[in-house]
Amino acid sequence: MATVTYAEGVAQALRDALDSDPRVVVFGNFFGGITEHQRHFNELGKQYSERVLVPPWSEMGNTGLGTGAASVGMRPIVDLVTGSFVFQGFPQVVNEAANIEYMGGGQTTVPVVFHMLTGIREAGAAQHSHTPQAMLWNTPGLRISLPASPTDAYGLLMHALLESEQPTAYFSHPVLFDEAEEIKEWDAAANRPGEARVVREGADLTIVASSIMVRRAREAAAQLAERSVDCEIVDLRTLVPFDLETIETSLSKTGRLLVADECHRSAGVAGEVIARVVESSYDKLRAAPRRVTTPDVPVPFSPPLERAVIPSAEQITETALEVVG
Amino acid sequence: MSAAEGGAGLAPNAEPFREILRIRRFEECLLVLDQEDHVTGHFHIYIGQEATAVASLLPTDAGDVVYTTHRNHGHLLARGADPYRMFAEILGRRDGYCGGRGGSIHIAAAEVGVPHTSGSVGGNIPQAAGAAFALSRLRPGALVVCFFGDGTFEEGAIFEAINTIAKWQLPILLVCENNGLDAPAAPGSFPTSATAAERLTDIPAAFTIPSISIDGIDVASQLETLEHLIGEIRAGGGPRFVEATTVRWPGSRPLWPELIGGPFQLGWLEGDAPDEVAEWTRDCDPLVRAGADLDRAMLALIDAEVTTEMAEAATRALAAPWPDPASALVSTTDPAVVP
Repeated sequence: MATVTYAEGVAQALRDALDSDPRVVVFGNFFGGITEHQRHFNELGKQYSERVLVPPWSEMGNTGLGTGAASVGMRPIVDLVTGSFVFQGFPQVVNEAANIEYMGGGQTTVPVVFHMLTGIREAGAAQHSHTPQAMLWNTPGLRISLPASPTDAYGLLMHALLESEQPTAYFSHPVLFDEAEEIKEWDAAANRPGEARVVREGADLTIVASSIMVRRAREAAAQLAERSVDCEIVDLRTLVPFDLETIETSLSKTGRLLVADECHRSAGVAGEVIARVVESSYDKLRAAPRRVTTPDVPVPFSPPLERAVIPSAEQITETALEVVG
Repeated sequence: MSAAEGGAGLAPNAEPFREILRIRRFEECLLVLDQEDHVTGHFHIYIGQEATAVASLLPTDAGDVVYTTHRNHGHLLARGADPYRMFAEILGRRDGYCGGRGGSIHIAAAEVGVPHTSGSVGGNIPQAAGAAFALSRLRPGALVVCFFGDGTFEEGAIFEAINTIAKWQLPILLVCENNGLDAPAAPGSFPTSATAAERLTDIPAAFTIPSISIDGIDVASQLETLEHLIGEIRAGGGPRFVEATTVRWPGSRPLWPELIGGPFQLGWLEGDAPDEVAEWTRDCDPLVRAGADLDRAMLALIDAEVTTEMAEAATRALAAPWPDPASALVSTTDPAVVP
């Protein structure tokens, strides 16, 4: 057994994909951002200098670069660094890459990966703290991966790099880079996209979460256990594909739903999850579903202001207590 | 690559005329289909610019890749695309290149090296750069030909893309077709787009890309220039930029063109064109220029063949079935993505 981190999962997937498929190429190499975990990616850049290329700071140019290279036979990953920067690349991600396969009647597939650091990372303020996964979920044609664990960071990226025929928006979370896990070995086959995962079993309440919110849901579940509330946690892992069945199975047991998500509240991931559940499983619900999200304000800079908008474990706990009555 | 291969055993110098005429006859048929209310939405006509497509693409090989624009009919035909599948796509029919999902401005034809067509101005250039990168790794010696209009210099995408293209010395021919559209006051003067640059060639040149401006009307001189440039790119010389200038065709209305003066007649080569197109035809029509010195009996044979080819393709497309509405919900490769 070895202890591995989330950042190592991302780096290992890049290394293994580069080793196993000559079509894999990396455009941009600041996956670790301004954290100490960037050292893993610096090493990778040195080791694969011919295939880990650092283009100019051009989000529209670089997302197009990956899209075009993928259109003629490569399997590129474009590192956009901070998720907020994808807005500069939206014309290529949303209006080009996502459309190409469908709009062309399947003539051309675009197996490109767009890597972004999603969420509130600490002191990023309004322009470096976005969670663009909800906006991209409103764009048909993209796979969306939101790993919460080192093994998923590895497995979901391996699938996007080596197997997917669709463009993938892959979101790392900078606060999760030090998330650790004991593993025997890296295992892509055991961590493929497609199914949500029950990461804690419980009988009273289902908490649906992804990325950083899985960690906070676990903390909340520990707090709630002390108050005799037994939570089940479903880690979505990917938004596309979306696994409703695992949530429905959990609700058959608990009858109560709380969605914890870091996106802003309006038209966010939590609202969409609740809508799907209400449409499909209204009869399973014994209480109105609730959501814990970032409120609808731009993310502020100052630590006490920032803390006031982060959807926290405490908020999940308080809201959960209201749901279970 | 040329669709003329297997044609009527033409003398080599008639091939550009034939290819220009194929594009002209295709678009004349399209304008008639539109007049008869068969066309949904709008489309963009290439009349007057055909020589640039032909001169840029005759020297290309099957392994090269082409990125076109919303004004794509000429590029596709010159690259060898099937006019029936093009008409069918424009009419929204099942047999269209994209199964009716794209329409005129999004025709992709992967079988002739056109992987995707962006309908957004400037949308294609970053992708063309990526394709050129891929070719440099996967098929050394191959190149990308990327067409765009002068208005593209009003978008930011081109500046990001040409910076990377220049820094990485990617194998790409950038062809800016300056068609005089949107010319406010002085038809025939260039540039016409709303850019502060006095010469469009100054912009890529500032990024160290060798850049020239050429006459887009004359196919023979363009062919000579472009064959040379494409040879330099294939040999590893890095990117090249060409501005090809043409003069706005009288029937041009950006979204709703009209076939002013009727279909092209061989008599126009002798100056016998209707008044409303007479001056433009005499001075600015690449088809008249390309045919001027060719044997008239031979041109009549070519015209008969090409006119029949395009009329039959249009008629067949009009009779082609509509796509199954249920197919709108089907993704071709990944059911997880389009449920």
